[in-house]
Amino acid sequence: MTLASLGGGAFAAPQAFDFKDPKGVNNAIFKLDAPLEAINGSANGVSGTVTFDPSNPGATKGRIVVAAASLHVPNPMMNTHLHGAQWMDVARQPEITFEVRELKNAKTSGDNTTADVTGTLTIKGVAKEITAPVKLSYLKGKLGQRVPNLQGDLLVIRSTFTIKRSDFAINPAAPQDKVSDEIALTLSIAGASPR
Amino acid sequence: MKRALQLLALTVALAAGAWWLAAGARAGWTQTSVPVKTIDDVTGLEGIAYQKKFVPGIDFLGAALLGAGALAGASLMFRGDAQPGFQQKHNDSNQTINT
Repeated sequence: MTLASLGGGAFAAPQAFDFKDPKGVNNAIFKLDAPLEAINGSANGVSGTVTFDPSNPGATKGRIVVAAASLHVPNPMMNTHLHGAQWMDVARQPEITFEVRELKNAKTSGDNTTADVTGTLTIKGVAKEITAPVKLSYLKGKLGQRVPNLQGDLLVIRSTFTIKRSDFAINPAAPQDKVSDEIALTLSIAGASPR
Repeated sequence: MKRALQLLALTVALAAGAWWLAAGARAGWTQTSVPVKTIDDVTGLEGIAYQKKFVPGIDFLGAALLGAGALAGASLMFRGDAQPGFQQKHNDSNQTINT
């Protein structure tokens, strides 16, 4: 049993997954409530690296980056405001980052792991520690199905959580009866680890 | 001129209303791009891309109706076009008084 464990441990090693998606599917969705209609938008400028060990998902580390300039809402005026100095100030704060510190309550079933991830979220230059539920799906040997001529594994990360825009200095002067303080975020990303 | 402005105001209001209705009577803000969702078969992730498309919203309808109202209001600054029959009768009565 000890030998088997050692053997399994010897084969399993942390893998680095690159989240720069050549297919452009990776995205972060955001939603803020507002009187006429909710402000819905997304960002697809996702990059970063996550180190994941299939035999020890709790040891996952990494950093995910979202290019602030890739934030998009369908209304052109709102889009201009969103990128402007009062809201996201993309000219001076081009990156939104999340640095993973630790995974707690990791539960693995097959290829899926659910956990609570704690890390530092930096938006508009303001860094704050947050904890969010996360689901990791390890897709062994599936990279070739997605990117022809490449062999390797995929790691899919999904997370939905809420932050307050006042915590990150995102137009704190905007009245909350016009635009909600809460921002609902959904992250759906896949990273590749070629062999 | 008065009648022309009134007709223009009516045309603007009707055209904007018809366009707004035909585009789905969107009660939200005007959009110049619409999200198109795709599912990645391998990962199961839902990708979002934006396609350029103009979808008039309630702000577009409001602006068009405001513009139509302004045109209709401007038409009040002009005197009504004189009707030919009325003008002839008016001239005849003036001649009778002069004689």
